[in-house]
Amino acid sequence: MAHKFIFDCQHIDKSFGGTHALDDVEFHVKRGEVHALVGENGAGKSTLMKIIIGLYKADMGTMMFEEKPYEANSPAHAIQMGIAMIHQELNPEPHLTIAEHIFLNREDTIGKTPILNKKLTNQKAQEILDKFNFPYNAKTLMGELTLAQVQMIEIIKAVSSDAKLIIMDEPTSSLDNEETDRLFNTIRDLKKEGVAIIYISHRIEEIYEICDYVSVLRDGRYVGSGSVKDVTRADLISMMVGRKVDNIFPKIDVPIGDVALKVEGLTGNGFTDINFEVHRGEILGISGLVGSGRSETLRAIFGLDPKESGKIFLEGQEIEIDSPFDAVKNGIAMVNEDRKNFGLCLFRSIRENISLSNLWRDQQGLYLHVNKEKKEVGSVSEILRVKAASIEDEAYSLSGGNQQKVVLSKWIMANPKVLLLDEPTRGIDVGAKAEIHSLMCEFASKGMAIVMVSSELPEIMGMSDRILVYHEGRINGEVTREEILSGKATQETILAREFGEKVAEEAL
Amino acid sequence: MKSAVTNLTSSIISRLSTGEIFGMRRDLFLKRYGITMVLLLMVVGVSIFSPTFRTTRNLLSVLEQISVNGVLALGMVFVITSGEIDLSIGSMLALTGVIIGQVLTATESMFLAIVVSVIACAIFGFLNGFLVAKFKMFSFVVTLSTQLVIRGVGYVISQGKSMSLADPNFRKIGLGRIWGVIPNSVLILLGVAAIAYFLLHWTKFGRYIYAVGGNKQAALASGVNVFWTKVRAFMIMGIASGIAGVILTSRINAAQPNIGMGYETDAIAACVIGGASFAGGISTIPGTLVGIVIIGVIYNGMNLLQIDSYYQVIVKGLLIIGAVLLDMFLSRKRN
Repeated sequence: MAHKFIFDCQHIDKSFGGTHALDDVEFHVKRGEVHALVGENGAGKSTLMKIIIGLYKADMGTMMFEEKPYEANSPAHAIQMGIAMIHQELNPEPHLTIAEHIFLNREDTIGKTPILNKKLTNQKAQEILDKFNFPYNAKTLMGELTLAQVQMIEIIKAVSSDAKLIIMDEPTSSLDNEETDRLFNTIRDLKKEGVAIIYISHRIEEIYEICDYVSVLRDGRYVGSGSVKDVTRADLISMMVGRKVDNIFPKIDVPIGDVALKVEGLTGNGFTDINFEVHRGEILGISGLVGSGRSETLRAIFGLDPKESGKIFLEGQEIEIDSPFDAVKNGIAMVNEDRKNFGLCLFRSIRENISLSNLWRDQQGLYLHVNKEKKEVGSVSEILRVKAASIEDEAYSLSGGNQQKVVLSKWIMANPKVLLLDEPTRGIDVGAKAEIHSLMCEFASKGMAIVMVSSELPEIMGMSDRILVYHEGRINGEVTREEILSGKATQETILAREFGEKVAEEAL
Repeated sequence: MKSAVTNLTSSIISRLSTGEIFGMRRDLFLKRYGITMVLLLMVVGVSIFSPTFRTTRNLLSVLEQISVNGVLALGMVFVITSGEIDLSIGSMLALTGVIIGQVLTATESMFLAIVVSVIACAIFGFLNGFLVAKFKMFSFVVTLSTQLVIRGVGYVISQGKSMSLADPNFRKIGLGRIWGVIPNSVLILLGVAAIAYFLLHWTKFGRYIYAVGGNKQAALASGVNVFWTKVRAFMIMGIASGIAGVILTSRINAAQPNIGMGYETDAIAACVIGGASFAGGISTIPGTLVGIVIIGVIYNGMNLLQIDSYYQVIVKGLLIIGAVLLDMFLSRKRN
């Protein structure tokens, strides 16, 4: 039984701190098969792949590759043994030639000297390129190639180093239709030569077009697998969700007021023609797959990223936002998903972090009234229940949940009209999560308008009055709280829209 | 008797390894006062070996000697805290001298000479900051280049010639003493230190410097104007260079376009010894003052102990490395 699998892993376990990223996962790939691996955000796909190529070590479990026990110490080691990965983000060294790139770390030398034999390397590279009908000279610089071409070179490189299993992570995310077709042709050629491919994708159509077999992960567990022919779309999506929306969310209904923030035709890097309104007292959820343009939208509204076009209205007045300071002055606050880089100065005190956004308003004159500052910061951090010995403690000494509460305190002290939250509970423990959820309700009840991006469907469904579903940079449907409560909208229907399923126009 | 000594030793060791020092947690105590302890040890050590060291006359002369570097370091700490570096200050010293020479000769107004030269340095500080903050260039590269420009401007203005200064009052700035005891330059240093302390620790601007140096992206995402914060830090460095240049010029009593080479090293060293992090966001003015005094004591102490001046340079270099290692060791919990 086992011999027909080129790759076979059993009982893989991996934890990071308190998070169980992979729990008793099994996964097997047959020779010459294109095997799709799917799952929601955070299901454990990347963790599993990183274990396979040696970036992480599994805590438990066994892996077999070509019927031999397998374990890689590094990606280079994995390639040596015949497993290569084509990453979603390609970062080629632009000054290397194609030949130098393909033969990186296995350069030909003249005899046993360390002198490079460039002629031989170029010749060998050219032969491989010709074999794949790649219409470029091997001496072309990597920096001159398009993304699709770089990706092709990566595949050629993997094959030329005798890879028997190639992992492709979202290979079509930055390709156009024609480039995608070309990639699929290459994949079919590889299949004929007996190369197996693990194909990770968020695009369900592609899975049905190119893959033979599909495995599903959910919350770090292996859910099941089957031949693509036998699994319907609906099956696939319900295998991916299956989590229950518990009633653990403290969402309370508050009266919805006037429009606070309105966005018209907003277009920028990663999102196109976004239109929405959020009212006072309302929590608007934005749901979508990672990379669908959710965070980018918030960043652009807040002035962290430039906008290409579109208008932003605050309480009916059009406002210009070119920098975060413009947003802050207008009463828009944003909790960034990247707490360490965009949220906190880790080596400064809680007090300094919280007051940072508020000094311009709360402190008049040249002299800093530190006693006033201490009092104000102390009271806001008390309301938000920041747990620390003193507000003079440095931010790095706090737990993730408390760090997040410091970031929230900073913005609550500014008493904003609109609060943008990007993954507000990522990486924090259950207790702090619940506290942040009830704080959100508290803020909403005071008339704040909240926009929340989250990768966790239960959180989005449990906390939002309304949900916008993003698909590839556009809004692909809207779900109301009534639809969720009545069971008309479920995790399945939302996820289907995230995966691009068209909204059925209901005749009313 | 023997057991008493053993007990004392072991209690000191256990205190140093776990317990508290003067009611403060050991790691916090060492982080905050570690470098001050080093200074005290140095002072005690040099005092034992050289009775001359502990005379009031000598101690005042140490302070007088460190005043130029002290003013520079007090400006440099703003730039380093904001996460940058300024290598152009040596040239600014020369530029100050040259401008003073020209203005003093032409107008005979000491006041005008000082104001014009300090403003010129502030303008070049603005230029440094503008290039760094606007185009996101590395300050190392920017100031490495502008130091050539500034020195060149000094040569052009002076036509490369030295010029002795006639005004006897101007000499008093760097060499005079109040009541014949307290050097004027030490008072200037203390005044600059007071202003620097106020700016860095008691104003919004100071807070923004810490935020921008600590985490530029978080500062930006908190609505801090990163551009002006950096530009102002460089302007303060320029003004400090101007003031230091006035003292230096007054001391040599001549306008020379070739002075000031290598002064940035001592200023940077004082900041780093005083606990400023090269990554930015961490520093204090009192710490910087301790760093300044340590460098002064090293020079003075080694002179008194008759250590060859060539070796002094080596010792200073090693001391900077030692200070950085010590700092990393004391704050290793952060990583």
